[in-house]
Amino acid sequence: MKIVVCIKQVPDTTEIKIDPKTGTLIRDGVPSIMNPDDKSGLEMALQLKDEYGAHVTVITMGPPQAELILREAYAMGVDRAIHLTDRKFAGADTLATSHALAGALRKIDFDLLITGRQAIDGDTAQVGPQIAEHLDLPQVSYLQDLKFDGVKTFTMKRHIEEGYQMLEVDAPCVVTVLSSANKARYMSVGGIVDAYQKEVEVWGFNEIEVDEANLGLKGSPTSVYKAFARGLKPAGELYEVETDEAVGIIIKKLKEKFILN
Amino acid sequence: MEKIKTVKGGQFLVQQSDPQNIFIPEEISEEQKMIMDTCRDFQEKEIFPLLDEIDSQKEGLMPLLMDKAGELGLLGISIPEEYGGFGQDMNTSILSTEVMGTYSSFAVAFAAHVGIGSLPILYYGTEDQKKKYLPKLASGEFKGAYCLTEPEAGSDANSGKSKASLSADGTHYLLNGQKMWITNGGFADIYTVFAKINDDKYLSAFIIEKDFNGITLGQEEKKMGIKGSSTCMMFFEDCKIPVENLLGERGQGFKIALNILNNGRIKLAAAVLGAAKKVISNTVSYANERVQFKNPLANFGAIQYKMAQQAIRIYTIESAIYRCSNDIQNSMHQLMEDGLLKEKAVIQAQKEFAAEAAILKVASSEALDYVVDEGVQIYGGMGYSTEAPMERAYRDSRINRIFEGTNEINRMLIVDYLLKKAFKNELPLLSASKNVVKELMSIPEFGEENTSLLALEDKLILGFKKCALLITGAAAQKFMKKLSDEQEILMNIADIIIDCYQAESLLLRVKKRIDLKGLENCSEQIAMCKVFFYDAADRIHKNAKDAANSIAQGDELRMILLGLKRFTKHSGLNSKEERRLIAKKLIEENRYCF
Repeated sequence: MKIVVCIKQVPDTTEIKIDPKTGTLIRDGVPSIMNPDDKSGLEMALQLKDEYGAHVTVITMGPPQAELILREAYAMGVDRAIHLTDRKFAGADTLATSHALAGALRKIDFDLLITGRQAIDGDTAQVGPQIAEHLDLPQVSYLQDLKFDGVKTFTMKRHIEEGYQMLEVDAPCVVTVLSSANKARYMSVGGIVDAYQKEVEVWGFNEIEVDEANLGLKGSPTSVYKAFARGLKPAGELYEVETDEAVGIIIKKLKEKFILN
Repeated sequence: MEKIKTVKGGQFLVQQSDPQNIFIPEEISEEQKMIMDTCRDFQEKEIFPLLDEIDSQKEGLMPLLMDKAGELGLLGISIPEEYGGFGQDMNTSILSTEVMGTYSSFAVAFAAHVGIGSLPILYYGTEDQKKKYLPKLASGEFKGAYCLTEPEAGSDANSGKSKASLSADGTHYLLNGQKMWITNGGFADIYTVFAKINDDKYLSAFIIEKDFNGITLGQEEKKMGIKGSSTCMMFFEDCKIPVENLLGERGQGFKIALNILNNGRIKLAAAVLGAAKKVISNTVSYANERVQFKNPLANFGAIQYKMAQQAIRIYTIESAIYRCSNDIQNSMHQLMEDGLLKEKAVIQAQKEFAAEAAILKVASSEALDYVVDEGVQIYGGMGYSTEAPMERAYRDSRINRIFEGTNEINRMLIVDYLLKKAFKNELPLLSASKNVVKELMSIPEFGEENTSLLALEDKLILGFKKCALLITGAAAQKFMKKLSDEQEILMNIADIIIDCYQAESLLLRVKKRIDLKGLENCSEQIAMCKVFFYDAADRIHKNAKDAANSIAQGDELRMILLGLKRFTKHSGLNSKEERRLIAKKLIEENRYCF
């Protein structure tokens, strides 16, 4: 089995601060990490490798420093790492990003494509599903678990609002994974030492199969109108009363706000 | 490859050093950073949630954690690849030791295994011994321990009574005796045990497996701190050791024991550094959260002073640790280029910097004690409660001033190592000392006006070293071989030398950092340097004056005292403002951030 995992380098949002004047993120000096959902996707692939001997490729699109997460992936145990980087990709929104990644994926043979559900810097959850559309592959998003029958069928447990949905899907397909799906393994010391002896393939526009009009700023229909920090909510009102009375108060409040009528 | 400029041990005292020649943590590679990340992940996910269980010595827990560390390769960082490890260099080994030092009970078990538990075999083992034991020590399948101390032989290690006698057929030794304070004793599989063969003058070393007959373990010791670390007595009664398990040559054991301690001391300093950074981070975040008089504690000047002082001491010792580890690494490469085998080169290089290792051991353990003490203080009542992290940190810190040679023994060693080098003509200490005296007798030169940013510190470091040389020279001349009887003076001299090494390492680091990161990113570091020098000038003056009054009299004393005053003259510093600047950064970042 061949698996490709899409990963992204993101600022560690637990360390991030917001500039009170401009309302934008202060990225200076904020450490970069592998996006947590992607890391769980990678762990899922590596578990399939442990069990079935799958070949695992990771791919990322990003500036030169994004190489670091590919080394990290090597240190965790992947077999091949591809770094998609080109000035033509710069300024991409989710659509242009998914076009570039799909362009690269057309050049790679795989049975299963894994992405994280969403990246913590944008929280859009769009890139994985968009790639599936570009490549015309079946997709299952919000994966909590995945089992393989050893032949060609995956049993998937998909997180939905009210519970879980179980699905059986044949390869090839695309899945997006939640960070709660598993606990990603550590990089081992041996893995780290090896990671720096392995090659990271660098691919630009010429290495992939895509229409240039779909890339970068030109291929990005999204434009950000304004970014701002959400204001603090005012303090709530506290009632210490019996349940029946409390229910009455809640219903009255909801009616005042026209949420109930 | 560019030619490495190697410095010699002790040379810092008689020569000026170049910032470009030192290694600073700001320069660590991505690969080293990744290894540190793995260590940090391991600490936070595997060790931190279990601190109470570890301290209660839950059955089987510590060996299990060591197994996990082994799976990740953390036990094999310094073991060469041909013996199942990863052959990382000295700096990487020290960087990982630092992070693995965060939580002390585990840190001690870890350090004992990878240090004194494994290194004797790596450095002194035969090929067969290395092949047999090292891969299993690197993977964690075997846990290692080291048995030197006896009830009546602590600091005076060679006076041990354990005895090994060769059997009549010459196939094995029979070991009888008792060892104590054996770290990892409760679960180790392999012990390096020191004992005298027959009536030898010096110890020999043996590799003993736990399944050899005649070994009895004592109860776990009840200790003030590092309660999770296993510490046992061991009794040997006709323990049968095959002759091939003699480690190194007969009578070489004492030398092995001492050389292993050189490595142990710098590793201890690194582990202490890791623990201290965590304590400072906890302290700063508590000071930011805890509100009294409608203000977070961090707003109060008295608290800012303490936090700044914690940071200054830790940043300084960190500068000295990585300077020394890099010097050892360079020296080792030089020795290998000169034709020495790797293991021999490592031992030789570590021995070369034995005085520096002792300096680091003393300075780091005392810095950590300061950091935890003020940590408890800033936490106030909560600092005394077992609910908060400071109580454990305070207890765990104290052992560091005792093991790997007490700080008093180490202070004596600092002076002893340097004087030995001087008498062997390996270090021009005495001629440098005479030059200082000559300088004092002549008219002072004012030299060119130095207008650089750290001009005062540039001048002071020369003066500090002159104080050290002046007092060391005067003491050596007055007491000659009987200097070892004047322990109070030795303590003074050692303290001056410790301050010199720390001050210079800090100054060199800050200069290199300015080159690397630009002046605008170094304000707090410059402040730390200025404050350290300001305080060190008085400390050195006091130590040197105390020693001088016990060494010299009359005109000689007057001349020395005048010299000391001149060499430590400081034009003054608003240290309050400098400390506030340092504290401000800590408060903003809400953690140790330098």
